This record gives sequence, structure tokens and C-alpha cells, in this order.
Amino acid sequence: MNIPAELKYTKDHEWVKVEGDTATIGVTDFAQSELGDIVYVEVETEGETLDKEEVFGSIEAVKTVSDLFMPISGEITAFNEDLEGNPEVVNSDPYGEGWMIKVTISDASELDNLLSAEEYTDLVG
Amino acid sequence: MKNTALTNTHIELGAKMVPFAGFNMPVQYEGVKAEHETVRQGVGVFDVSHMGEFLISGEKALELIQRVSSNDASKLEIGKAQYSCLPNDNGGIVDDLIIYQIKEEQYLLVVNASNIEKDWNWISSHNTMGAEMRNLSDDYSLLAIQGPKAAEAMQSLTSIDLAGIPFYNFKVGPFAGIEHVIISATGYTGSGGFEIYCKNDEVQKIWDAVFEAGKDWGIKPIGLAARDTLRLEMGYCLYGNDINDTTSPLEAGLGWVTKFTKDFVNSENLKSQKEEGVKRKLVGFELVDRGVPRNGYTINNVNGEKIGEVTSGTMAPSLNKAIGLGYVTVENSTVDSEIFIEVRNKQLKAIVKKAPFYKA
Repeated sequence: MNIPAELKYTKDHEWVKVEGDTATIGVTDFAQSELGDIVYVEVETEGETLDKEEVFGSIEAVKTVSDLFMPISGEITAFNEDLEGNPEVVNSDPYGEGWMIKVTISDASELDNLLSAEEYTDLVG
Repeated sequence: MKNTALTNTHIELGAKMVPFAGFNMPVQYEGVKAEHETVRQGVGVFDVSHMGEFLISGEKALELIQRVSSNDASKLEIGKAQYSCLPNDNGGIVDDLIIYQIKEEQYLLVVNASNIEKDWNWISSHNTMGAEMRNLSDDYSLLAIQGPKAAEAMQSLTSIDLAGIPFYNFKVGPFAGIEHVIISATGYTGSGGFEIYCKNDEVQKIWDAVFEAGKDWGIKPIGLAARDTLRLEMGYCLYGNDINDTTSPLEAGLGWVTKFTKDFVNSENLKSQKEEGVKRKLVGFELVDRGVPRNGYTINNVNGEKIGEVTSGTMAPSLNKAIGLGYVTVENSTVDSEIFIEVRNKQLKAIVKKAPFYKA
């Protein structure tokens, strides 16, 4: 299971990469492997400001659909439009090409509540 | 939870195991899309040993089968199989099944794993004529070897001409060094192939021989997730989703296995239902808008009024389209009707299509 040390995580199996006041968000390697082949990622919240734990979209695997939750509060400034044609990159490269949204962080103190790679490893271990 | 005789083999192969109908079953190995394509293009093997098998014998065997099943089993001959339903007394379906005529006065009924006990009790309760019934479910294994390459890939394992067995026919003979194996040209995928019935203590040997023989054809193990996408692309009903105790065989499009040439459980009511016409029908549909339909989603008409419910849905791997089955009111059931699937408060446009969605 690939759990990069430099990222932050949630118990809902999302990852967060912080660069300045921007956070890039996707789902973890564990999540994609549990879901199986991803067939559709729906995000229609671009431009909206959402609170932590609000639903920003959904991810459809062949057998199941799951909500996607905001790990932190902020404005969604970008959606990875490549996922519309190639949702399978969430399976093949969950931390790279499979990223989902970029968010302008509204409250940096929320980052402290995210899990470290070590804590996330314990959770899915 | 029960295991099949091959559970450890699946775990060693890295399968993801899930509970299904009380059995610990492989849902996928390398991934549902790859497995689906293996069956569509080549050959793949499913362990479906969770399915139930009843042997009905004796001079009253046919009479019992005719009583409980909707299709006309008198049309069977030795070596032929027939798809059928067990209607209940209230207009619904106890189960769907395949009936094989093994020899004179002997039939094998293959039923869904989730219904083994219910079916056994149901058939027993109608066995007033005294047919001999044996439940072989715990002793028999079933492998589905499916795909366009199945016959050539498996031919080295048997002296029976595999390509020469017509659809819904079977032979009993040697396979992989085991005698008296049922080799049936049936399946739930729409891509051709065989179903192999053998005893539990023989199945590991057969499984190993099947993979050895199929190596050059790229044979792979296939999980239940791909079994579901493959059957749904064909529009085949899944008991528990598309048909159940409350759906009539006529509503479900199973009129072709509901034969009023004989009397059977609830045949009078079904006959009048046929004459009066059903109020709702199971239809196939293809999504026009983006999204994936799922069991239980509401189906609306263009005015946003509820006209039915989705019973099965998926993104179809061979078609790259979202497809589904669902019941709709009869006036919305004609091919090319525009219907709307409610997905998380949105109305996604869909078009009623005639199954199969996939054509080989």
C-alpha cells in the first residue's frame, strides 16, 4: 500500500497536499484499491466554498458509489477535468494524475486535525 | 459462512473475498474491467459452486417439475437443459433456475445460492405425488468456463467434441481425467462457453487442469463482480435484484418461459394477467446523461412523476455506457421511450432499449 510520507490524510481515505494556501485533494491508494475500477468521478462544486466534511462530489466504481468529503474548509478552485475522460487514472496514479480538486484553504488550523502518513498507515493497516 | 472447495485457491490467487449468499466468494482478482474483457475476448473461469443443485427422480419427477415450474419441462430430452421459473402463489417468483434432464425420470435443478433452502422447502411442499428429491448442493461444485475461446482452450481435456454441444445442451462424460462430469453449454455471460458440474473432491483437480490447458489462450479466474457486469450487458435477470417474490414472470419479460400449455402453481392467475396485460414491465435502458444507475434509484417521466425503480445498473465495460434494468409503467416501456433516473436529486436522461445491450 502506497502512503506517501509528505501528504496528510483523512479517515475517509482522502489525501491532502499543501502548497502555500492551496490544497490538492484526491483519494488514497487504499481507497482506489477497495473501490476497484473507477468509472466516473463527479464534481460539480467548482467555484463553491464548502465546509470541512461537506460532500464535494462522488466517485463511482463498477459496483459502488461513494461520496467525496472535504478534508478541510475552503473554496474549490479547480477540478481535474482529465478525470471526465479517464477516470481510471484514479486507480493507476491516485496521488498524481488522479488528483481531484484544488482548494484555497480558509482555515489553516484545520490542517492540524488531518492524519499523518504514519497515523493513516495505522488506520488502514 | 460457507466456503466452496476452492476458497483457499482463490485466496492464494489474491482474490478479494466477500460474503455472498452465505458463501465466502471471490468478487474480483485483477479488476472487474480486465476480467470482463477476458471473458468477452478470450476465456475465463468462475467458481460458482455456491449455486444449489437438487436431483428429482422417479416416475413422478416430471409431474412435480411441471407442477412447480413455469416452462414446459415435457419438452426436455435427455441431454437438454431449460431455463425456467418457480412461480409463487401471489403472482411473484420463488426463484429462477435451470432444469437438466439427466436420464429417463431424472432431472437436475440448478437454483440460486441465496434461495437453496426456500426452494427446497417450496418444492417439497408441492411434492404430494411422491417424487424422490435429493439436495446435492453441499456435495457438488460448479465451474463456469466462459468466453469465445472456451471450446478450443478446453478441448484437450475431453474426448467430447465441445464445439459440437449446442447452446442449452449438455453431455455427461470424462473431463480432465474425471469420469461423469456434466459439461453444459450454458452460462450467464453471453460470450459462450461451458458450465462444469463435478463433485467437491474433484473440483481442485479440474480447476488445475483447466488452467493448465487454457494457459496458451490466456485463461484467467473471474470474480462475481464481472459476472454481474457480463450478465447485465446481456439483460439477464438476477434474482433478488430484477426478479423476486413480488415480481411476476410476465412483468419481468419471462413470458417466454411461462407456458400455459400445462397447469402449474398460480398458472390461472398468470394466465389472466397475460390476457389483461401487465401494468409494469422490466425494461433495459441506456443513460444519455453522465452517471451510473444503481439498484433502488427512482425512475421518473419527463414531468418528474415516479414511474418505477432501477433494479440493476452499472457502467458497462464492453460498451463504455451506463446501462440498467428497471420496472416502469407499461406506457413508458416501449423501446426509445425517454425516462429519467433520479441520481442524488438530479434527473439523468435515459432511453429504453431492447436487451441485450451487448451483441457479440
